[in-house]
Amino acid sequence: METLGRAFGDALGLLWGMDSTLLEIVGLTLQVTLVALAIALFLGIPIGAAIGLARHLPGRAFLVPLIYTGMGLPPVVVGLFTYLLLSNRGPIGGLGWLFTPAGMIMAQTIIAFPLVLGLTMAAVQSVDPDLPIQMRALGATRRQVALTTLVESRIGVTAAVVAAYGSIISEVGAVMLVGGNIEGETRVLTTAIVLETRKGNFALALALGIILLGLAFLTNLVFHRLQVRQGGP
Amino acid sequence: MSPAYELTGVRHCYGERSVVDIPDLAIETGEIFGIVGPSGAGKSTLLRLLNFLEVPTEGQIRYRGNLMTSDVSLVIRRGITTVFQRPMLLRRSVAANVRIGQRIRGSVPKDGAVDEWLSRLGLADLADAPVRTLSAGEAQRVALARALVVNPSVLLLDEPSGNLDPYNVGLIEEIVRSENRSRGTTIVIVTHDPFQARRIADRTALMINGRMGEIATTKRFFSDPQHPETAAFLRGDLVY
Repeated sequence: METLGRAFGDALGLLWGMDSTLLEIVGLTLQVTLVALAIALFLGIPIGAAIGLARHLPGRAFLVPLIYTGMGLPPVVVGLFTYLLLSNRGPIGGLGWLFTPAGMIMAQTIIAFPLVLGLTMAAVQSVDPDLPIQMRALGATRRQVALTTLVESRIGVTAAVVAAYGSIISEVGAVMLVGGNIEGETRVLTTAIVLETRKGNFALALALGIILLGLAFLTNLVFHRLQVRQGGP
Repeated sequence: MSPAYELTGVRHCYGERSVVDIPDLAIETGEIFGIVGPSGAGKSTLLRLLNFLEVPTEGQIRYRGNLMTSDVSLVIRRGITTVFQRPMLLRRSVAANVRIGQRIRGSVPKDGAVDEWLSRLGLADLADAPVRTLSAGEAQRVALARALVVNPSVLLLDEPSGNLDPYNVGLIEEIVRSENRSRGTTIVIVTHDPFQARRIADRTALMINGRMGEIATTKRFFSDPQHPETAAFLRGDLVY
């Protein structure tokens, strides 16, 4: 209890003091998370919507369970996989992304992509199947039908964004393996928490945890406001 | 003037099951054509064929004299709209739903036309309301406004007032009649309620098991039915 109290105090102190190291860590955390999220959304939303709309897609019976499996990928396995890809002997080792934010973004994108894909697909599938035919009866083209269906499933798609964001901002295994937790270069909030815990600085680790939760809460607050504006609960 | 629709040897199947089988049918331009019959008779499927949402398994459909193929042009499709029994409204405001047809056509939404239809259908006060707050009758009126605001040449109505209260039924029928008279809109209305066809249709047809039975002027259809199954249907007997 005493540690917890001190942690809150430390967290406030760190924030109040605008500690430059902390700001750097928070900045990199947000940068890696948001860039990975943006890439996952850019790829996952259109593909998820297309699969959700194509109810008679050949191979769907195999594809959908595959996507659901991807949604449960263990981050540490993704980290290991990305590490092997990016290592000197790996197929894309020449990129020189190992132990860089770019490598961390790649790993987090691999984690977030199936989540965005699967949840967007489910959101689009949950739209009443009568909607497309009624839109076509109003003169919509197939592209307009697809866009309208995607817009109608926006509450579910926002949930996909929230789930993907939550899973990568709090993820530690992959960024630790691929980033290496190098101070001033690849240290993010989660890896900093692990490091401080190992050093026995529990109050500082907890303080960083509180900041991480605060960041997640603030972003989810924005997402929730968006959902409410879209007619969600 | 060419008939709005001419169907020749039209047959439509789902798998092995034939749901529409019409050797010959003409629907005149500018008329209100009522189709009555029991549930499962193929009435809604016929409307889908008339809206070119599905291609018949066999046979030909001519629209205004032109033979329609599987690839019906967008211009023709956009001249036809359908109001469904269970309208799917978008999760937006009432006014945004009414505007959707114009948006689909890429035209700048004309607020004047939208406002006019909202007003005519008693929805002006609900323009900014989210559709989830609407009653079934209000939702159906929004669907009708959405279909009419684009000035269709053909309006297809699939049980438009099923489960609605008499006020909403009356309002919808009045608007449908008025559109037909003022703009010459061809209207095909499918209803399981023969009294609705009697109130608004110029001609009425009985559809059973995918086939057209008697087709006659509404007056004659109800006062002097020529087919025993029409008489039985109008008596309230179960025909199938």
